[in-house]
Amino acid sequence: MKTNGTGAFTGRIARAICLLALLLPVLVFASERVPKPVINIDRQGKCVEDSATMRREHPDMLKHQRDLTMHEGIRTRKHSLKECVECHASAKTGSVLGAKGFCQSCHDYASVRIDCFNCHASKPKLASGVKP
Amino acid sequence: MSADANDGLSRRGFLAISAATLGGVMLAPGIRLIEIAGARAPEQSVSRQVRWGLLIDTNKCAPGCDDCVKACATENGLKDTGHPRTDAQWIRKVELKDMRTGRANSVPVMCQHCEHPPCVDVCPTGASFKRADGIVLVDRHICIGCRYCIMACPYKARSIVFEAITDQNPDVPRGNGCAEGCTLCVHRIDRDQQPACVEACTKAGHNAMFFGDLNDPHSEIAQRVAKYASTQIRADFKLNPGVRYQGL
Amino acid sequence: MAEYLIYHELGGPSRRFWSLLGLLAVPLALAAIAYFYMEHYGHIVTGMDNQIVWGMPHVFAVFLIIAATGALNIAMAASVFGKAVYRPVAPLSALVSLALLAGGLALVMLDLGRSDRMVVAAMQLNPESLLSRRVIFYDGYMASVGVYMWFLLEPRMNRYVKPVAIVAFLWQLLLITSTGLEFGFNFRAVYDSVLYAPMFIAFSSAYGAAALILILLAACGWEGRDVSGELLRRLKNWLGVSVGASLFFAILFLGTKYELVRSRDVARFLLFDGGVYTALLWLGQIALGGVVPLALLLRSRLSRSGIAAAAAMVLLGGLAQMYVTLIGGQAYPQILFPGMIESSSYFDGEIHPYAPSLVEVLLGLGGVALAASIVAIVLRAIALLPERLDPPAKPQA
Repeated sequence: MKTNGTGAFTGRIARAICLLALLLPVLVFASERVPKPVINIDRQGKCVEDSATMRREHPDMLKHQRDLTMHEGIRTRKHSLKECVECHASAKTGSVLGAKGFCQSCHDYASVRIDCFNCHASKPKLASGVKP
Repeated sequence: MSADANDGLSRRGFLAISAATLGGVMLAPGIRLIEIAGARAPEQSVSRQVRWGLLIDTNKCAPGCDDCVKACATENGLKDTGHPRTDAQWIRKVELKDMRTGRANSVPVMCQHCEHPPCVDVCPTGASFKRADGIVLVDRHICIGCRYCIMACPYKARSIVFEAITDQNPDVPRGNGCAEGCTLCVHRIDRDQQPACVEACTKAGHNAMFFGDLNDPHSEIAQRVAKYASTQIRADFKLNPGVRYQGL
Repeated sequence: MAEYLIYHELGGPSRRFWSLLGLLAVPLALAAIAYFYMEHYGHIVTGMDNQIVWGMPHVFAVFLIIAATGALNIAMAASVFGKAVYRPVAPLSALVSLALLAGGLALVMLDLGRSDRMVVAAMQLNPESLLSRRVIFYDGYMASVGVYMWFLLEPRMNRYVKPVAIVAFLWQLLLITSTGLEFGFNFRAVYDSVLYAPMFIAFSSAYGAAALILILLAACGWEGRDVSGELLRRLKNWLGVSVGASLFFAILFLGTKYELVRSRDVARFLLFDGGVYTALLWLGQIALGGVVPLALLLRSRLSRSGIAAAAAMVLLGGLAQMYVTLIGGQAYPQILFPGMIESSSYFDGEIHPYAPSLVEVLLGLGGVALAASIVAIVLRAIALLPERLDPPAKPQA
């Protein structure tokens, strides 16, 4: 192989990276500056499932519902994204997005990209257009 | 029912369910319930028995009139971005002039909702698909934006979105990088309404567009296509579109 | 088997090799920037629009894919058809094929409207789709060529090379035919001809041979190795025959389009009044990529630089051909109502304009650079170049 100097140098860097990776959780939890998600629910009442279920399973619910709606025309409201937005849009911004938005603040915290709102509306329909 | 327990059944939904149940109970086999899709309960999937279609009477379609186009844009949230070449168009008015006779026509052209859609044949992920009731749609959740459907469509009915979109109609999701086209206002059909273009055309008194179930012999559209001569665009391609034109 | 077939890695001083890679890193970095720019702003920053939806990246991509299938021909001639003279360069031929394919496929992936969903394309295949069947063809092709290369280089497996090569050959045929038919089955007026299948086989043979010749000459020039006159002469003739066949099919295609009254308008557009497409067809595809290199290649004594020049012209002509086919095919209006003059807000009945943007060109060139980098790195890492290319080939393989 190459000279020993390069090998030793690479080894040192690798060790430093490993150490940093191990220390990272400790450093993070030690700090008070870690932003916590803002969960403001303006609308009173209960969600369609209990919070624990919602936290864990909302992606699956949405995905299940999306396929039913898309391919079979089943438009029940219980697990539809539109209903999520109806209830959870912030009273101030009218949206589930934004730094303090219901969806975004938590997804930012968990560092999970939300793909929904590239296409879906992040705000409920204007009151005038709701009822036919 | 428990699935929708906290919905509070709307009157419409209740009527729809009762109609469906009664229909199933009361009608003898072979005789189909009324003409409608409205008889479908919200938790019921679309029926293979139905074939949604449009009939366009070109004799009544005035050149320069774009009421249907405007209604489509409003309903589906298609906004003018100032770049006409990259803007999506789900429906457009094509002005025609016969090269030999000089006869002029004006026709709205949208997704023709083919029985054998080339866009579905070529789609690599299955995002382009035909719903059981004949409506050809794009499942944007799995569309990768390859644009092969646009290449394959002989009607120029598909577009792709070139930039990020905000403030969509909650009923009509659409976004950057995905292919799209006329959905026949599937969200309206699913709640027993007509497509926005047809509604606007009728409301303005032109009565040039008819929407309905081509498979139902009692529907107005089925009776009209049975009575009057109508054609399909590029019928030679044998794609059997669900949109028919009268007076071309 | 022939004892003189000892393969070696690409030699030469390390510094020189690294500067080659550094040189190739420039177009790669530019392409990466172009990709992220497109990904961030959407396809609005390209020259594409809703009439021309496949732009410059596809021109490069389809060109690379076509050339990739053709580059394998030399290996197939050696292993399936027993042409011993090509045996020494068979591994190189397979490598160039895989590298060009990787470059082309990378471009297709990076030009997606939702390239973040590339995984979907791999996981959620629509078995009905010609395009996704092609994903299977690509996988099968790469796998079979990979196995073929392994058998070729592993002495213990040498005697099974032929059956493996036949499998690779069939995949190759499948891939190139389906690429041609992708155009041939399209309703657009410029396409809609099954001649695309044989025509693309001829094109692929020409572009693939040209790419292989250039890479072979470059690799040998790198270390000052000698290539036998016999091998070069045969490669030259191979290229000549392929260019001739490409011209023949192009003329047959354009001629039949013109002769049939129903497609005369589109033939007239391509041949006479298509502006940039007509110019690229005559000057690029026919003259630069066909007649001129053919005239050069027909000479019985042609210097190395002459052969290299002919190969380079064939490649440039091939790019022109792909531009005419892809962009020209989309620029010509789709006819919804035959016999009628059409006009609309969606540009029905008009020739659609297109000007490639810088990002598209940079991305496209990145695909070429990717293929070149793969060839360079693999040649340096794995022993694929025969130690000697100068002795005349022995009759047995």
